[in-house]
Amino acid sequence: MTTDSPAADSPATGVHAAASPRESTRSRLAGRVLRGAAGVAGFLALAELLGRTRVISPAVLPLASTVLARTGGLATSPHFLADLGSTLAAWALGLVIATAVAVPAGVVLGSLPGVRAATRAIVEFLRPIPSVALIVLVGLILGPGLRMNVTLIVYAAVWPVLFNTIYGLDDTDPVARETLRAFGFGRLAVIRFAALPSAAPFIATGIRLASSIAIILNISTGYLAGRVSGNGLGAFIAEANTGAGNTALVLAAAIWAGVLGLVLNGLLLAAQRRLLPWHHEFTAEAA
Amino acid sequence: MLEITGLTHSYGPAGRARPALRDISLAVAGGELVSIVGPSGCGKSTLLRCVAGLIRPAAGTITLGGSPVERVPDGLAVVFQDYSRSLLPWLTVADNVALPLRRKRGSAPAAAGEADRTAGPARAGRRARREAARAALATVGLTSEGGRYPWQLSGGMQQRVAIARALACDPVLLLMDEPFGSVDAQTREDLEDLVLTVRGQRDITILLVTHDIDESVYVGDRVVVLTPGPGQVRADLRVSLPSPREQITTRQLPAFVQLRAEVGRLVRERETETGAHSERGAAGPVPGTEATAANTGTGQG
Repeated sequence: MTTDSPAADSPATGVHAAASPRESTRSRLAGRVLRGAAGVAGFLALAELLGRTRVISPAVLPLASTVLARTGGLATSPHFLADLGSTLAAWALGLVIATAVAVPAGVVLGSLPGVRAATRAIVEFLRPIPSVALIVLVGLILGPGLRMNVTLIVYAAVWPVLFNTIYGLDDTDPVARETLRAFGFGRLAVIRFAALPSAAPFIATGIRLASSIAIILNISTGYLAGRVSGNGLGAFIAEANTGAGNTALVLAAAIWAGVLGLVLNGLLLAAQRRLLPWHHEFTAEAA
Repeated sequence: MLEITGLTHSYGPAGRARPALRDISLAVAGGELVSIVGPSGCGKSTLLRCVAGLIRPAAGTITLGGSPVERVPDGLAVVFQDYSRSLLPWLTVADNVALPLRRKRGSAPAAAGEADRTAGPARAGRRARREAARAALATVGLTSEGGRYPWQLSGGMQQRVAIARALACDPVLLLMDEPFGSVDAQTREDLEDLVLTVRGQRDITILLVTHDIDESVYVGDRVVVLTPGPGQVRADLRVSLPSPREQITTRQLPAFVQLRAEVGRLVRERETETGAHSERGAAGPVPGTEATAANTGTGQG
């Protein structure tokens, strides 16, 4: 523990006390980022070298520097930015709707074994259907655009959130449940005060899984459904692919998609750490 | 105050049921602190869970303040052995302590009559809850720890928080299930004294389950010894030790040593001695229970 100023009467004492492990986590994180960056730089240098020495012909695989230049150039292309915006909108909307559907459904299935048993057959049938297989069907019904993209994302993103909610509720400590019951709390209150907070880290993990699924699906959808407004990054890649010698552009868009996934995951992780600090600290403290 | 008659319970499916309690009868007067001891597996915790309304017993009746216990009764609080799992890690100490007050139909203050308890006041407001939590934390000597999280505190402090939480809703009956089984000896003594202090300050009835013979005698007004499972009442001994009790001197008293030996013998005894029921305390005449006025002695002892 740190020996910080004795501001003992402020409610921030607990935060101060927890500052030490958090700081060490931060420095560890900085080290990880640094090593990761070094790895990326090394990889790019190697790719550039292979291209320059003609081991891999730049006609087949563009030089790393060319790809990077195109990647940077896309940041100022209104055409690309509109597609990126569409992907982000579909991602955000899809994730919010999926969470809003899956968490209550998970609470119902997780706390009512009867309902869970009754719905098991339907769930087990629907879950393995790859969402990519539904792209054409949903496209036919809804037509291309944001609505179709969001619908597909919701379908795919519901499952990880739903199952993580159920597992999280199952994982609730029976002593915590019994404690609340002993204080006279009813079923709903036990869910609210014990089961849901206890499941929250599981739910957060489910949402992060759903987030990457949403991006993958959105790009697949755009790629298959093609150049229609609102079809996002996938449509941009599909269009870039039609022009000859546009490999650098396709790669640049792919890099954007990768960075997008990385950034969104990082944001969700940061939100999880901030909103559910006990999980992180609790496990760190217990270790 | 609390009457248990013919309480019998078993676990598992009918036919292959494993009996846990057999025909327990016990009466506890208001303000009494009754220790329940017995070998492990004698059904002590089952008994407590039945009283708390968490388990519906197979047979027998429990009445609290005249009304039968069919669900978790109002005015009841439980302290569990496993404080680290019983306290919620996502709530601060103060929020943990205030938690029972967030129940919609809060219990009436202990001083109110039985009739008032069913029509308890509406849920306490945020400020009232915070105030009650602060007061309860002060009772257990943790005024300055309200803003921290339970897992940042030592085991003994965590169990103090759990006790504060139990007291925050001002219960008439406090059930403690091996409350000091997971702390070191020094902390255990401090917590025993804390319970005695709290008992002296409030009009509260306490049922304390323990496997520690010394502890049962030290804190109790009465010691109820259960037989090995399925638990039956083997003996109901009155503890007549002077009050206030003190860890060193009380434990040196001949009466303490004698009673402790008696309880130890009863706990250890293998064969079921049906005649041993309701034995009188080994330490002479029964003085009035210390520090409580309302001991009207509804007990059979």
